[in-house]
Parts: sequence; C-alpha cells; structure tokens
Amino acid sequence: MAAVAEHFEHGADVGVRGRGATPAEAFAGAAAALTSLWASDPGSIRPDVEETIRCEAGDLERLLVAFLDELIYLFAARRLLFARFDVEIRASPEGPARLVAKGRGERYDAARHESTVEPKGATLTALRVASERGGWVAQCVVDV
Amino acid sequence: MFREAGPNLWELPKTGRMRVPGLLYASRPLVEGLDAKVREQLANVAALPGIVGAAYAMPDAHWGYGFPIGGVAAFDPDDGGIVSAGGVGFDISCGVRTYRTGVKEADLLDRLESLATDLYRSVPAGVGSEGALRLSRRELDEVLVHGARWAVGRGFGEESELAFVEERGRMRGADPTKVSDRAKERQLGEIGTLGSGNHYLELQVADRVYDERTARVFGLAEGDLLVTIHCGSRGLGHQIGTDYLKVLGAAGPRHGIVLPDRELACAPIRSVEGQDYLGAMRAAINCALANRQVVGHLVREAFARSLPEARLSLLYDVSHNTCKEETHVVAGASRRLFVHRKGATRAFGPGHPEVPERYRSAGQPVLVGGTMGTYSFVLAGTETAAARSFSSSCHGAGRQMSRMQAKRTWRGGALIEELGSRGILIKAHSASGAAEEAPGAYKDVEEVARVAEEAGLSSRVARLRPIACVKG
Repeated sequence: MAAVAEHFEHGADVGVRGRGATPAEAFAGAAAALTSLWASDPGSIRPDVEETIRCEAGDLERLLVAFLDELIYLFAARRLLFARFDVEIRASPEGPARLVAKGRGERYDAARHESTVEPKGATLTALRVASERGGWVAQCVVDV
Repeated sequence: MFREAGPNLWELPKTGRMRVPGLLYASRPLVEGLDAKVREQLANVAALPGIVGAAYAMPDAHWGYGFPIGGVAAFDPDDGGIVSAGGVGFDISCGVRTYRTGVKEADLLDRLESLATDLYRSVPAGVGSEGALRLSRRELDEVLVHGARWAVGRGFGEESELAFVEERGRMRGADPTKVSDRAKERQLGEIGTLGSGNHYLELQVADRVYDERTARVFGLAEGDLLVTIHCGSRGLGHQIGTDYLKVLGAAGPRHGIVLPDRELACAPIRSVEGQDYLGAMRAAINCALANRQVVGHLVREAFARSLPEARLSLLYDVSHNTCKEETHVVAGASRRLFVHRKGATRAFGPGHPEVPERYRSAGQPVLVGGTMGTYSFVLAGTETAAARSFSSSCHGAGRQMSRMQAKRTWRGGALIEELGSRGILIKAHSASGAAEEAPGAYKDVEEVARVAEEAGLSSRVARLRPIACVKG
C-alpha cells in the first residue's frame, strides 16, 4: 500500500491527511498533502536536492505536528519543496517518538509551482494519528 | 445551546466547568448559519482560569483553533488569569490599514487599470514572495522593539502617521530575546510583503455615509477614494504561534491547568512561560505594524506615479489578533486585564485616551475588511462596547464556507471576470486563490456591520465599495 495524500474540510483553513500501511507511510502522505498546497501538481517538483529532516516529540500525534512544522519552516526560510519523502519513525510507549525523513525536492519556483495559499503552521485541530481499517491515518488542520 | 437573551444577544449559560457564561452578538440569520464548533469553543474559553465577565463572540464568529475566530476574552492576573497562544492565533496582529487619498472616484477617469497594475507590481504578494528589504538580525530586533516607528525612521512614511496606528505604532513590552531564531529567520526577507490567502490591497469608494458628523471627524465623505491594506506579521508571527503552542502546551499542566482542548495552550500571566509569550507576541505585533507601515509606503509611491494628485493620509491601522493589557471597569471597579482578541477589533469609545486626539470626540475607527465583491466598513467605537465586549467589535465578514468547497463552487478565472463585469478589477497572484476567497464563501458583511451597530459594539460610519483588489 503506497502513501495516500488528501485534504479535508475545515471552516477557514484546510486539513491535510495521509494514509498508509504504516505510521511512516501515513506521515509521508500527510507531508505530500501539505506540499500540494504550495504546488498543486506534485509532479512539477524536481527531486534535485536531498534534505534530511529529524524531529522528536512526546507522542506520534505531536510528532506529526513537529514534522509538518519542519516542512513549513523549510519552505519559509529556504523555499524548499519536496517531491517525495522516505520516512522512518521510531516510537515506543515509554520514550519519545522520533522521525527521520529524507526528502528530495527543489526550491520553489512561482512560475512552475501553482500555489494558492501559504501554510502558516500545523495546528492541533482534528489532529489524529491512528490505526484504522487495517492501515494508518495521520492528519491535522493547517493554518493558511 | 444558545439562549436568546435580548436583541442580537445569545447566551450560552454557565454549565459544567464554565466559570462564566458565553455571550454571542448575532442576529437570528447569523446564529442559524453559525458553525456548531463556535459554541463548543466558546464554552471551553469560558472554563479558562481567571476569565472575567464572559467569553464573547462577535457577529462574524466562526470556527478557529482553541478560541473561535471573532472571540474576545479578558483575564485578570490577580485571579490566576492566563494568556493563551490559541487566544491570539498564528497570524499575530494581522490587521487593516486604511488611507484617505484626497481624490474622488470620479477623479480616477481611465487611470484605475494603471494604478491597480502599479500596486500589483510594486507590493510583493503571493506565496513565497520577498520584499525589497533584506534585514540583518540586528535590524530585525530593532523592528521587533520599535514597530512602525522603526519603519518611519527608515524613511517609510511620516512621523505624523504614527498617531493613527494602535499603540502609536510601537507596542511596549516586546522582548526579541523571547523570539526564536527560526521565527526571525522566516522574517528577514518578508518585511514589506502582503502575504497570501485572505490578505489583500484594495481600492475602495465610500459609497454610503451613515453618520455625517463622525465621517467628517474621520475625514470621509461620499465618493471618496480610499486604499486599504490587509496583512499581518508574516512568517515571524506564524513561527511564534507554532513555537509557543508547544511551550504553553507543556506549561499549562505544570501550573495545574486542565485544558478541555489542547489548542487552548496557555499559562498563567504571572509565570515565566506566560511572560515569555507576551514578550514574543508583542514583538510580533511590532513586526506587523512595521510591515503595514512599509507596505503603506509602497502604496504611496505607486499613487505618486499613477495618480500624482492624490495625497495619502492615514485614516487608521487596527490589529485583529492580539492580547493586550488594558484598564476596564468591571462591576464599578477599575481592573488591569489581559484582553485576547482573536479575529476581533479593539473598539474604544469617545473620550478614551488611546483614541487619537483628532478622533477622540467620535471614538476609535474600527476598520472592518469585507470581501472583494461586497463591501468593507468603517465603524466607530462606542461607550456601550466597554461594558458589552471589553471594547471590542467584529473584524470582517467571517468565513461561512471552507476553502475546498469554495474551490469546488467557483473557478478563479470566471469569478474574476464576473467581478470585472460588476466594476471590480481583480489582480490576483493566484486564480485558484481568488476562488477560495470568493465573496460567497463569506457571511453577509452588511448584516455583520448592522448587528455590530445594533448590539452597541460600534456604530456604522461609512460603507466602502471595492473597485480594485490585489489578492496575495
């Protein structure tokens, strides 16, 4: 099962959701859903440069917010967009949840990447990372 | 459930963990169109420690994060009161700045297109846009301490304008050392940019005057051309929101605060974390004030090129997403309170010392940004709002349809064409972004302004009809 990226409704903003066989795949899907706000056609992003992203949080849900916030920061500070991610997650009930993601992408180009809104931050609204129907879902609302 | 408690007033009675009731100012049609989440969020706010009076929702209220958008709540530090990042929002001090131009719509003749094109080209806007200024870290710290005053010092606008900006252009108590490196990094190239989403730059005509006397005090008359900027603290404010959602989220439980919704992330005002957030949030207010001051200067330069007889003078500059320490009289006693306004406008009445001297007899201008296809409003603060909403009023039309639904309903190109046929020229950096901002995605702003007046929160002075809009 490959990662699935989708958006969901929110009053003023937009929800990003990923689905996959594992939490890591679901996270990659959520990241792709976020990325498509900057570039509506993810195929328009060239996988030219690699960036490693590391995050840590108290639980899986907070880890998702930290990961998406990291992507928002990388866009805001360095205009980086990613065509794909390889995500690894280590989580145990006792300790913090950790993520290492390798993203391949390029710098944003307004001429090629059609965007409508600028994500400001991942929120805790509708935040959920859970196993569902034999797979995993990872989602939250993003303030735009 | 909301209980009708008077004309345009709905009460959410105190139940469960609520410390105070919730109060919503709305007409029946606005209540019927209200997102059910607003009720839930208002009840959650009413349960926070140290809340005074009631948790309020303005007529344009809709579902936000933690607090509803259009939410107002005041907290007393002497009573364990809190400060909440969710009560301010991500786009700290997002606000509206309106200039008189000294010319009438009729004076534009055939120059609207060239003026709008000039504005579109000279004010950086849209996703990923950068300003002409690239600040050093040291200079950014100056921005964070001095706000619009920094901008004026750099030659962006006149000293005399500062009297017409809230806090006279500089929010006191800002502490740049409480702003993360990341937040600063996000801002280095973003001063003087409009942003995207619901941010805009609009040419407007005062097409209806409700109150001649106040309009005269505000320097407004029917047929006047105005220009309005809607933008905020850009990347810096967003990152502070992100950073402190974590800091305050972890602080609350340490101070024994049990939250019904983790998005309310808060700490006592009198705590290290609370003070740190206030210092950072005030720095973001200064960032927004400086940003609108620089954008205003770019607008003035465009006018000088394309409509040289215009003389831009600042009507006022309001901020929508803030927490400010203010004096309010509660049950006959004067108290220092921390008033959160999230998607709400401060609306001080006549005689208030914070209202610029020129307007003091009339009350503070309350600038309400509507949609690109309907209207915006200039209201004036009232004395009655002091007791009804801690001197607060509505801030805009308020969304009633999600962005996804709006994009399914309208196509950007067709919408821009339709608005053009109605005499509204749209210059959009993103066509689908324009579709998300379709006028039909918002509540009826005329109803919102009417209710704000009938509820005594502010009184209508003039209605502004858009004739050209630059969308980020």
